[in-house]
Amino acid sequence: MVDAAIGRNEPVPPAEVPDVELYHPHSWITKYVFSQDAKVIAIQYSMTALAIGLVALVLSWLMRLQLGFPGTFSFIDPSQYLQYITMHGMIMVIYLLTALFLGGFGNYLIPLMVGARDMAFPYLNMLSYWVYLLAVLVLVAGFFVPGGPTGAGWTLYPPQAILPGTPGYEGGIILMLLSLIIFIIGFTMGGLNYVVTVLQGRARGMTLMRLPLTVWGIFTATVLALLAFPALFVGAVMMLLDRLLGTSFFMPALVSMGEQMSYGGGSPILFQHLFWFFGHPEVYIVALPAFGIVSDLISTHARRNIFGYRMMVWAIVAIGALSFVVWAHHMYVSGMNPWFGFFFATTTLIIAIPTAIKVYNWVLTLWHGDIHLTVPMLFALAFIVTFVNGGLTGLFLGNVVVDVPLSDTMFVVAHFHMVMGVAPILVIFGAIYHWYPKMTGRMLNERLGQFHFWATFVGAYAIFFPMHYLGLLGVPRRYHEIGQTSFVPDSAHTLNAFISVAALIVGFAQLVFLFNLIWSLRHGKDAGGNPWRATTLEWQTPETPPGHGNWGKELPVVYRWAYDYNVPGAKEDFVPQNQPPEPRPA
Amino acid sequence: MGVTVLFFLGLAAIAGWWLSTQRLHSKPWLEQGAAGESPATGVSSVPAAKIGLGVLLAALGALFALSISAYLMRMQLADWRPMPKPTLLWFNTGVLMLSSAALQWVRTAADRDDLGAVRVGLLAAGGASIAFVGGQLLAWQQLAGSGYFLTWNPASSFFYLITALHGVHVLGGIVALGRNVALAWQARDLAKLHLGLDLCSLYWDFLLLIWLVLFALLLLS
Repeated sequence: MVDAAIGRNEPVPPAEVPDVELYHPHSWITKYVFSQDAKVIAIQYSMTALAIGLVALVLSWLMRLQLGFPGTFSFIDPSQYLQYITMHGMIMVIYLLTALFLGGFGNYLIPLMVGARDMAFPYLNMLSYWVYLLAVLVLVAGFFVPGGPTGAGWTLYPPQAILPGTPGYEGGIILMLLSLIIFIIGFTMGGLNYVVTVLQGRARGMTLMRLPLTVWGIFTATVLALLAFPALFVGAVMMLLDRLLGTSFFMPALVSMGEQMSYGGGSPILFQHLFWFFGHPEVYIVALPAFGIVSDLISTHARRNIFGYRMMVWAIVAIGALSFVVWAHHMYVSGMNPWFGFFFATTTLIIAIPTAIKVYNWVLTLWHGDIHLTVPMLFALAFIVTFVNGGLTGLFLGNVVVDVPLSDTMFVVAHFHMVMGVAPILVIFGAIYHWYPKMTGRMLNERLGQFHFWATFVGAYAIFFPMHYLGLLGVPRRYHEIGQTSFVPDSAHTLNAFISVAALIVGFAQLVFLFNLIWSLRHGKDAGGNPWRATTLEWQTPETPPGHGNWGKELPVVYRWAYDYNVPGAKEDFVPQNQPPEPRPA
Repeated sequence: MGVTVLFFLGLAAIAGWWLSTQRLHSKPWLEQGAAGESPATGVSSVPAAKIGLGVLLAALGALFALSISAYLMRMQLADWRPMPKPTLLWFNTGVLMLSSAALQWVRTAADRDDLGAVRVGLLAAGGASIAFVGGQLLAWQQLAGSGYFLTWNPASSFFYLITALHGVHVLGGIVALGRNVALAWQARDLAKLHLGLDLCSLYWDFLLLIWLVLFALLLLS
């Protein structure tokens, strides 16, 4: 079925789009610092996110040193250990993953992939980055205030989060809450851009069903984030009032350090509801862009059209919708009506269906494909394996009776690191290896990339796979030191030491990646415009890296979907989205 | 979380309706545009800024729905004591209605190309909005004066919290309105103003609706 009328042979030249409304930088500062160009903002977002991510990486080393070799490092006391886990978790989830996927890849890829000149509201977009940077600085300031950053755990559960005795009670928790509030304001500014650009900025011929899945993933994740972050916002404001002004939104009557506190009657569970109403969609805010990107990587590097495109789109939308009705599966041990437990366990298991559809479709895309084991492809394949692994343990934890004994053990740590730590990070690496040539005009070094991949992939399994067993033994999470207990055998301590060594090695392997990023900027192989011979619009720009306004004088016109690889009868094994069809013989 | 779930169901219905108009059942792998044809993309003719505002209002709606949910959940606990509602709130509600109505009137005036009426209407709307914020502050003062401070009871804590959340958004709107006032004074013709006035009017209607819901909640509890 051909949708558009056939009969005219001459392609109509694309409309020249006046660029009077396009923002033009006039100086070095407006071009590289206070830039309103989405591509520059994307790189600013990415560099900031990677920088703060490195801080979180170092924190994880410190945690692992303590866990692997307890008693050896006298400078890590229990308070500091709690501060490390809190800051590591919060930074990785919000300030690295969310910012990098949406602020970084969203900004770079949305305008290019939909065929727009820039985001819909460039000024707001610029503001979004600077507000994000402010949020990061406020967060980092926590390390330098008396008492240090908060050690409440990344979930910030009251009452302990704002009680004296919890590390960071003095200033750390206040800065953490403020930083989250600022982050959400900044994100909302960016999020409006991503959504509206996908809705309104699409080039002629770019219907929703011709969008690359990367755009679908980022778009849906942004909608989730715009609706889920308000829950964290409300929770953070209320907790800030509890901490600073003595209200009792979340704080029950309690005695702390021998003194009756002025709080009374508040509900800690209320905070948990607000937190997880944000927290569970957050998993998909990170996962959906990863799903989208990995679909595009697999299709491009296996030279096959994505299997079941329609199903992939529907699954993304379905997962997005379902992610709002599963939040209380994080609260099985907080006490709730058993019927609620049943309801949330059921919805949690249902969400596995669209997710499984996606996994099958990736595998079926690879089936009989012309698979090129490039570095981006290796990372994409590793993602599938890792995501399945983490997803399966999610089915364990989604069931109330299995979850209760496993709660707060290392099993949970292993599960969420696999599914929303390692898996999305693998996609981020794959995506950087894939799009770096477009951003810089040069390829990343292949050998260093291979080394980086294998060290990261094998290393991540060395770290997190054994953690499942520790969790099954009952080894609790968030403990500074397990000490001698009857249920933890000596072999668990040996395993902990092994995990720590693996974590150090994987961490150092990331330095190779950083070196590659910088070295290839100058010395990388020249990439040309479309080194992967890909179909999507970002590879068809007249200049590489794309110039200001992306498309030169004329906007592209889209004639086909994003996955025309190895089309029978075509001259090459890929047909770009904007390539006009062959004139038919009369 | 009932209110929140309801609100999200409403959003889901809108999203579902919109998606149903986007040919999600089509088979893009079979549909290749002919040379010279560029099929409709489904891009709406509504200006981007208006869609952007709509998306923002959805996010703000979630913010207030969640606040109301938290209010209702906290209300069920034993220590909740009802607190007096200052009569002034009725006056404030009326003033906010006036400002919203003034903006409607500005829009019709803009359609008539009546620059003078637009200026008067904008000033009236701005004045009424400032009066609303002032009135809310006065209501705070009255309550605090009779001993109902922020920490008196969760009921008062929530009262200050949700009026503050709402008030901050009114203030943000006043800044945007100020820009339009400035434009209206510089403008020779109204062509460039239409969109801004539409956006202000939409935002004020939203703020009014939210306030009516919040006010009803305060009165009923």
